[in-house]
Amino acid sequence: MNNLKNFTKGFFRENPVFILLLGLCPTLGVTTSAINGLAMGLATTFVLIGSNVVIALIKGLIPDKVRIPSFIVVIASFVTIIDLVMSAYVPALYESLGLFIPLIVVNCIVLGRAEAFASKNTVFSSLIDGLGMGLGFAFALTLLGGLREILGSIAIFNWKIFEGIARLINPATDYTQPDGILVFVLAPGAFFGLAYLIVLMKKISK
Amino acid sequence: MEYILIIIGAIFVNNIVLAQFLGICPFLGVSGKVKTAVGMGGAVLFVMTLATIVTWLIYTYILSKFGIEYMRTIAFILVIASLVQMVEIILKKISPSLYQALGVFLPLITTNCAILGVAILVIDKDFNLTYSVVYAVGTALGFLLALVIFAGLREHIEKLPIPKAMQGIPAALVMAGILALAFMGFSGLV
Repeated sequence: MNNLKNFTKGFFRENPVFILLLGLCPTLGVTTSAINGLAMGLATTFVLIGSNVVIALIKGLIPDKVRIPSFIVVIASFVTIIDLVMSAYVPALYESLGLFIPLIVVNCIVLGRAEAFASKNTVFSSLIDGLGMGLGFAFALTLLGGLREILGSIAIFNWKIFEGIARLINPATDYTQPDGILVFVLAPGAFFGLAYLIVLMKKISK
Repeated sequence: MEYILIIIGAIFVNNIVLAQFLGICPFLGVSGKVKTAVGMGGAVLFVMTLATIVTWLIYTYILSKFGIEYMRTIAFILVIASLVQMVEIILKKISPSLYQALGVFLPLITTNCAILGVAILVIDKDFNLTYSVVYAVGTALGFLLALVIFAGLREHIEKLPIPKAMQGIPAALVMAGILALAFMGFSGLV
């Protein structure tokens, strides 16, 4: 029961992006499309789970005074792992996320969960906490990415909506869809999109 | 001339906050008043320049010399964290007045992704040391500019009748979006 609560709190009640306002740099930076948002969210989830579990395992060994640097080393190791894995197996995605993969290291969510949760709780509940928070983060990024992709390029997960529908009706069509509201793919759209999603989430979670 | 172009590009065209989305946390967190914004911007200028020099030297003369470039993330974050701590201690001894002005902001800077971001960017772009330093200074000035403009706007917006749901962060984000829109006018300048 308690574990279930730990898992679900990341989605709405304590959503890292919409409610706690943590990790906004990657949130704004990579969400030009739903797929980028999802990939970044899952990469962060991996780091969160890994660092939470390891920190919960070694919390008894770390002297209190040097705990923050120790946490950072653990986190940075997992970030290096995901950095190398992604550049080897999904190079295209790695290119489009770019700088934000190594920057997971300074994502306040990861260090925040290590300090606030993993250093005080058991291994299993830290794992659940990392999973829930990470998926909540991925959920927020996918939502913002999807919103920007629909408005900015009239597509969702790279599937062009108008063209797709036209092709369903007449497979031989040579219809090409118009451009979307370009500003939503560019930098300002990230700020606008996030602002209104936060307002919406505040209304829903009340 | 080349250096001037780098600086203008880093301040206006590729503004670190409004175009590259780095350093959003302090951008939203300490932009309540113009005075604190200037203090934070000054601290970032100082640490970013220093951190870029040190991480560049470490990457070139230690990491790539021994072929352990993959240690970059770990090495850089540790260097930056200890550098910030060291700057704080030295500043306290040498110049108490400067410490008074910047002191509060220094611990916050370790988690400012703009610092690590620029350190990694200059490596990715294969800049030499002089270029890196000029780029770091330009980027930090861009951060300072965006932060000060934003703080000035926020001081005004507080007095306006905003709908309750939009108050605080959402209103600030919309304003940041409009500011980003304005900065897009500089694109193509360099």
